[in-house]
Amino acid sequence: MSAKIFSKDEWVGVLEGLKDDYRVYVPVREGDYHNFRVLEAGTRPSFDFQNTRMSAKFLAEPQSERMFVYTLDEKDPDAHILKEEEKAIPPLAVVGIRPCDAYAFKLVRRNFDTPDYKDPFWIKRYEATTFVGLGCNDPCKTCFCASAGSGPFDRKGLDVLLYDIGDAYLAQPLTDKGEALLDKAAGGKEADDASWKTAQALTRQVAGKISSRVPTDKLKDKDVNELYGASFWEDVAFSCINCGTCTYLCPTCWCFDVQDEVQRLPMAGDRIRNWDSCMFPLFTLHGSGHNPRSQKTERVRQRFMHKLKYYVDKYDNGIQCVGCGRCVQFCPVNIDIRKVAEKMNSL
Amino acid sequence: MIEYTQKIRETAKRLLSDGVVDVFIGYRKGSVPMMNEPVLVRDPGDVEVLHWDSNCGLNLCNYLTGRTDKVGILATGCVSRNIVTHVIENQITREQLHIVGVPCTGIINHRAVKRAVKYREITEVVEEPGSGRFTVKGPGYEETLEKTGLLQLNCATCRHRNPVEYDELVADAVPEQEDIQEFKDVEKIEAMEPDKKWAFFERAISSCIRCYACRNACPLCYCPTCFVDESNPQWVGKSIDPTDTMTFHFLRAFHCAGRCTDCGACERVCPVGIPVRQFTKKLNKDCIELFDWEAGLSLESRPPLDVYRKEDPNDFIR
Amino acid sequence: MENPYLPYPVRIDNITTETEDRNLKTFKFVFINPEDEAKFAYTPGQFAELSIAGKGEIPIGIASSPTEKGHIDFTVNKVGKVTTHLHNMKEGDVMGVRGPLGNWYPWEEMEGKNVVIIGGGFAFTTLRSSIVYMLEPENRSRFENITVVYGARSPGMLLYKDELMEWEKRDDLDMHITVDGTDDPDWKYNIGFVPAVTEQKVTSAENAIAIVCGPPIMIRFTQPVLEKLDFPPENIILSLENRMKCGIGICGHCNIGEKFVCKDGPVFSLARLKELPPDY
Repeated sequence: MSAKIFSKDEWVGVLEGLKDDYRVYVPVREGDYHNFRVLEAGTRPSFDFQNTRMSAKFLAEPQSERMFVYTLDEKDPDAHILKEEEKAIPPLAVVGIRPCDAYAFKLVRRNFDTPDYKDPFWIKRYEATTFVGLGCNDPCKTCFCASAGSGPFDRKGLDVLLYDIGDAYLAQPLTDKGEALLDKAAGGKEADDASWKTAQALTRQVAGKISSRVPTDKLKDKDVNELYGASFWEDVAFSCINCGTCTYLCPTCWCFDVQDEVQRLPMAGDRIRNWDSCMFPLFTLHGSGHNPRSQKTERVRQRFMHKLKYYVDKYDNGIQCVGCGRCVQFCPVNIDIRKVAEKMNSL
Repeated sequence: MIEYTQKIRETAKRLLSDGVVDVFIGYRKGSVPMMNEPVLVRDPGDVEVLHWDSNCGLNLCNYLTGRTDKVGILATGCVSRNIVTHVIENQITREQLHIVGVPCTGIINHRAVKRAVKYREITEVVEEPGSGRFTVKGPGYEETLEKTGLLQLNCATCRHRNPVEYDELVADAVPEQEDIQEFKDVEKIEAMEPDKKWAFFERAISSCIRCYACRNACPLCYCPTCFVDESNPQWVGKSIDPTDTMTFHFLRAFHCAGRCTDCGACERVCPVGIPVRQFTKKLNKDCIELFDWEAGLSLESRPPLDVYRKEDPNDFIR
Repeated sequence: MENPYLPYPVRIDNITTETEDRNLKTFKFVFINPEDEAKFAYTPGQFAELSIAGKGEIPIGIASSPTEKGHIDFTVNKVGKVTTHLHNMKEGDVMGVRGPLGNWYPWEEMEGKNVVIIGGGFAFTTLRSSIVYMLEPENRSRFENITVVYGARSPGMLLYKDELMEWEKRDDLDMHITVDGTDDPDWKYNIGFVPAVTEQKVTSAENAIAIVCGPPIMIRFTQPVLEKLDFPPENIILSLENRMKCGIGICGHCNIGEKFVCKDGPVFSLARLKELPPDY
């Protein structure tokens, strides 16, 4: 199938039309920033943004997710036995996701989809999602996607790539899923050569706009124990307040905690999982009381070692970061992963 | 306030060289606009890293908890009051500290600035020394703005810009703001009907992601295990259930009652823009009205929830 | 798609209090669905997540040997929310077990070798599994001499006391029981810390593999004893603990460097551990 052009005037109508076949997530302005929300009656999609505040990772891993249910009513023969919920995941579509955030899903998948164990919660949601990405005409100064394996018009992780060519979007299908979505999209017309030329000129022009370069080439060859024992961690970690901002906003962070919650009437409960953060002091607290990362410096070091070294060693496929820049912009104390990567790379 | 930088560097150098302090806590210039990073300097040769401007809005008192060495620390009015509270609450001794007071003309509200330039990307913010003006630069534009209309909300109504407890100052005292109607926002919420009031708070916490940046940036929150992290008994659930989230914010505010100096760090650091101060500010107002009390003004007075006075209000006892 | 987070339902068949302070109990579970027992085929060294609906899960080493059919046993220390609830449960109660998880002791490398087992305190559980496994008639000839040193703070704190005393009498293994101290005049076994007794009783590293399981301090003092005997680090086997949640290498809590203690471990050779950052 060839690419289609949708004028910006008809665009919202096109998205509304997709609601028949998908649960559509679109960027919506909320106060000072944008976030992805479900497109429903009254939702006003807004594509006037550089990136959403929260990443799209909630699509495959909601911040709080029910895993199992159980009854504790002793009269029930199934009491105390965990049961899977009958949960059908409808086809999902996310429109306007940036290439960095889409690529992040591929990085995260390596964790949830392994030869030994497959996480059905994450995998089912991910496979139900069609990713309609919006290439970045105007990357932030803090974006360093080009150093992290992605780029403003990178295609990894996307089913459709949208080019904003002024008064229209050129929608290029990249996979079968993408073609299926464009097939269902009403309106639009086949992309003409002139539009294609504009789109290509755009990609060439933007390539040079990623000004933030982060060196990561030597990380693989560094000795892990040398990096671990480096003297710069104390200074890097001093300002950290051990909140969860970086980990929760990050599209490539996935750690979670499992909790059981119980009601009284009826006597039943759920096993849920919530996002967790290695920044929190209790993350590694043993039942015995021992905590290998009781000190802030140890936790800060863990985060950067995981993202820039352990993941590199484990999967031999680059760093666990897509350069979206959220942690750089929103770390409350301005700890900058670009500076830390530089320190680690040049040790 | 960028003009304080040189004096701060000189002061830190002197204090470290003379051994008055083992370490000096200040800020280094941030890597993104309107942000500065708290830094700890040990070597007098490293003081050039220190920087000060109107974006030094975190609360450095947060970094004092548990320290056993001699610490030089920069403190604006609110921060100095938190240091007083820290001393009263036995989190640090006065003798360990050499407080370098910073008379403060207010911290820039980074969110308000982004709104003022209509959310265009900001790549640089340059402060003009000695004036309230700063220039915001971005791709294809440049605008010079006045700090006065763009202060952090707590700074706009601040009545304690000058440090209340210090060993030296880096500049002359600044005039305190007058005719401040500090609690207009609280009164607006107080006047709401109960269901509207509840809806206000529901909306306020609806975007909370339980990152605990607010709690961790607050110097008052130093409990070894916070009540939200306890599992035995588990007071609060760990999911983003709105009831649990509301419980966290309300209870945290009550733990800060009578101790909060409205430094604004909690609201500044929230990554999703929650008006966190609306929880504690009401309690600050209550403390003034009930006990004629503002936190941290003097090392000599103990907080009202800590001490019984015969004249304490008791009209609620029927 | 199979759900690796879903436990097998089990029933508590028997509870034995192991220690005099009553903080350690051995639970014998039987599978409610008989076909689950075959799915739970395990090897000594592995662990499982014990799951209590409404409370949570705990990672516990499997104390029974796969040669003991019809049930699986776990010895649990009472330390927190889940373990306290478990300790208050009764025979007949229903809960869940998820596993088997993790890797196991290097049984293939141990064939034809002398096996030295050194254990301290509550960490002896998977070592019991290993000893029962090796002593099983069809397995015994696969291994050469078996030497075991096991100690606890006092006689009342030893696990599996009856079994220990039976083993002590056998001539197909050298069982050395020790306690840190006791004022029992009838105590007929050793008195001394495990590393000290190890130094006395283990005399050679020749064709030997040592498995060490115990509190960090015991490991720290046993390691030099073994190194002095020229045990190469590849032949010193340790079983680590770490904060775990999922037990299947996904939730991220238990990593040491790029390895997960729950999936790439909990059994690591000392040689392997030295390559990883000391993040434990």
